[in-house]
Amino acid sequence: MSEDVWAEQDTTPDRIEAALRELLRQRHAANEQLAPARVLNLVVIVDREWKGEIANRLERVGRYHASRTVLCAVENARTTLDAVATVSYDEPKNGLGVIHETVEIDCGPEHLLGLQTIVDPVLVGEIPTVVWSPHGHDEAVNALLGLMDVMLVDSDDLLEPADAFDRVHDLREYAYVVDLAWLRTTPWRERLAASFDLPSRLAALHHISELEIRHQERSTASGLLLAGWMASRLNWQRTRLRGGLGMFTGSLGREEGETTVALRALEQESPGLVGVTVSSEEGTSLSLQRGFGGLDAAERNPDGELREWKILGASRGEGGILGEGVRQALLRDPTYVGALDAARELCPV
Amino acid sequence: MSTASPINLTDTDNPLVEGLERLPVHPTSLVIFGATGDLAHRKLLPALYNLAHEGQLPERFEMIGVGRRDQEHEDFRDAVIASIQRYSRRKPDENVLQGLLEDTRYVQGNFDDDEIYAELDRTLQEFDEQAGRHLDRVFYLSTAPEFFPLIASKLGAAGLNHVDNAHTRIVIEKPFGYNLASARRLNAELLEVFEEPQIFRIDHYLGKETVQNLMAMRFANALFEPVWNRNYVDHVQITAAEDIGIGGRAGYYDHAGALRDLVQNHMLQLLALLTMEPPTAFTADRLRDEKLKVLEAIVPPSVEEVATMAVRAQYGPGVVGGAKVPGYREEDGVPADSRTETYAALRLHVSNWRWAGVPFYLRTGKRLSRKLTEIAVILKPIPHLALKSSGSVGIQANQLVFTLQPDEGVSVSLGAKIPGTRMRIRPVNMEFRYGTSFLSESPEAYERLILDAMRGDATLFTRNDEVEALWGIVDPILEAWAQDTESEISTYPAGTPGPKEAEALLDGRIWRRL
Repeated sequence: MSEDVWAEQDTTPDRIEAALRELLRQRHAANEQLAPARVLNLVVIVDREWKGEIANRLERVGRYHASRTVLCAVENARTTLDAVATVSYDEPKNGLGVIHETVEIDCGPEHLLGLQTIVDPVLVGEIPTVVWSPHGHDEAVNALLGLMDVMLVDSDDLLEPADAFDRVHDLREYAYVVDLAWLRTTPWRERLAASFDLPSRLAALHHISELEIRHQERSTASGLLLAGWMASRLNWQRTRLRGGLGMFTGSLGREEGETTVALRALEQESPGLVGVTVSSEEGTSLSLQRGFGGLDAAERNPDGELREWKILGASRGEGGILGEGVRQALLRDPTYVGALDAARELCPV
Repeated sequence: MSTASPINLTDTDNPLVEGLERLPVHPTSLVIFGATGDLAHRKLLPALYNLAHEGQLPERFEMIGVGRRDQEHEDFRDAVIASIQRYSRRKPDENVLQGLLEDTRYVQGNFDDDEIYAELDRTLQEFDEQAGRHLDRVFYLSTAPEFFPLIASKLGAAGLNHVDNAHTRIVIEKPFGYNLASARRLNAELLEVFEEPQIFRIDHYLGKETVQNLMAMRFANALFEPVWNRNYVDHVQITAAEDIGIGGRAGYYDHAGALRDLVQNHMLQLLALLTMEPPTAFTADRLRDEKLKVLEAIVPPSVEEVATMAVRAQYGPGVVGGAKVPGYREEDGVPADSRTETYAALRLHVSNWRWAGVPFYLRTGKRLSRKLTEIAVILKPIPHLALKSSGSVGIQANQLVFTLQPDEGVSVSLGAKIPGTRMRIRPVNMEFRYGTSFLSESPEAYERLILDAMRGDATLFTRNDEVEALWGIVDPILEAWAQDTESEISTYPAGTPGPKEAEALLDGRIWRRL
């Protein structure tokens, strides 16, 4: 990877934008096969001391790099803007090469209320803008509401899932929300959908008596979103789950009967879900559990006969989740809202 | 308690599928005939690994390799691991790789040996018993085409063409026949054992993202439809040029030639997708119905007409990439008196309301000056120019070019003012490149197609009547060329754009620069 870099202390957004334009012009003049990616802008607001960690996470998103990333690092007591603009590229051996642009702007807390006036001139027009603010800074997010198309959030980041879901609910008035906590449930949703797609299992969807979701301690929001998804897709009535100390349960009414939903927190290194078990009134159960090289599946039939096998798939890891979040900014998931609304109603007090 | 906006649940629809990018694939046993062959090891097995890595294989997936090589299950697995490590587009995850191959079996024998089908039956039943249900079955024939009828008939005789409460499908690779008669025979032989919806004929070109994007460009944009007809389109050029020679494929290539190798399938498929009417739905039969209609609108030439609408040639010695290369007849394995064409160019007409009078020029060849696959739609010139064109290269007709390789994208040529005090015009290009506009990497065509076959989605596969329509177009050309055993075969130096004779096809127009 090659880079061209421009840096200036006590600078202005106009000078940053002009510098980027010049860097791109020079690079294209030097090699006409290099063209800037034009997919989406990503604006990231971080605490200055954690800038390196976030930069590393962004580095690990693999091929899902934003076209132009604007990283605003907030530093206490800073009153001026310092900026570094970088265009990075691989020299194409043959064919086309793609340039990605990154701007790091060090700013102070007092800049945040008017952050849109700093960020807007630096964005590429005509492509969607995604905002991610992993360290809070709600005032900065509020300042950017008018220019953002997509807000990237992680509902697992907040201590109380209810607060996280309320925040998403509010943000949805201004932008499409991509929730990393929701994306952590994607492989599980895909597997559950595939498992119940078999004609022999499809009917059992209407007779689910128990749903147990096991999640990492800090990923209650992911667990609730999966439960909310099942509840919204299967028309279960929602009631608040009850409990504590890592275990929440509740009975949700359905057309005929009830479904017991249980969320259980377990130890696991990586955020997200640990396992899911779906049991039916007929005495069948299907359990999926995270394992090496995929999910460990176990199916028990009404006679108690147990079958176990492996469902293949490599973990994307947390780098993969963030990359998937960037990619999802270009798509629209029609089922998230239903799952979110249901999860809000299931949220334990 | 509440249930917001209840979803209408039925017993047959799966409400959990809504919104998911990856659609469910039912548990499947995949049997690969020719599992020790080149295609299996370079393409199929790495594609299967990548599907496993991404969690896209069905929840239960079993694999059986069938081949003539005498080896144990373990030897087969070791060979598969080596191929995946070498050819996979991503570094294999050891756990996924082991999981994929843990219970993979190998069945050895000749394809005419009844015992291998009995062994397959036993193994498939064993997999079904382990799963507690009948798994869907896909038989992938990665073999020489002469084995297709034999294997199909043996599968039928062993009762493996059908399984209760699950689907059985057969996948075959092109070429689907050698000419129209053999294609019809092959279709008939397959249809004796399998029903058409069970048969998946792979033309991997159709699995390429850019080929599918051709439909997206046409049918998701109002911009193009108004000019997509004889009133605005002057002509179309479809090019599939390769700079490489035949490599080690002399045995196959000298038997096939450029017309069979690329025109009869890939290039005519591109022509069909470019010219077909919009399907009412993007489903297998609706799409293939439209392709068939337009293929049937291409009037095949009579044998006598071939000399005026088709050109063939062979590459001679030349220079490619600064290095001297031999001519076709000097290649290893090619007979010194071979009359097989390494270059073919055609002029075709689509005789329907939309395209009447618009010529479609197709050319393909080996050892041309560069590698390029593109479709160029050249519009008619503007009727009147109010601007003076002196001092400029003047106005050129607009061109819409879909590039499939090496860079995937679309470009539109426009006339634009040259900066300055005078109104001077020159053509400029407005370009869109997939590499700069999407985050995702295109999956390998085989990954998409294998998954579609397991899912039973035949949209990107070729139907029997389509195959016959494709052969119907090129059959008279093949016949005319086969009859002509006397005239000298034209040659072109390797590393050049092709034979001069091809220019005569263009009715005074010129080929686009390679």
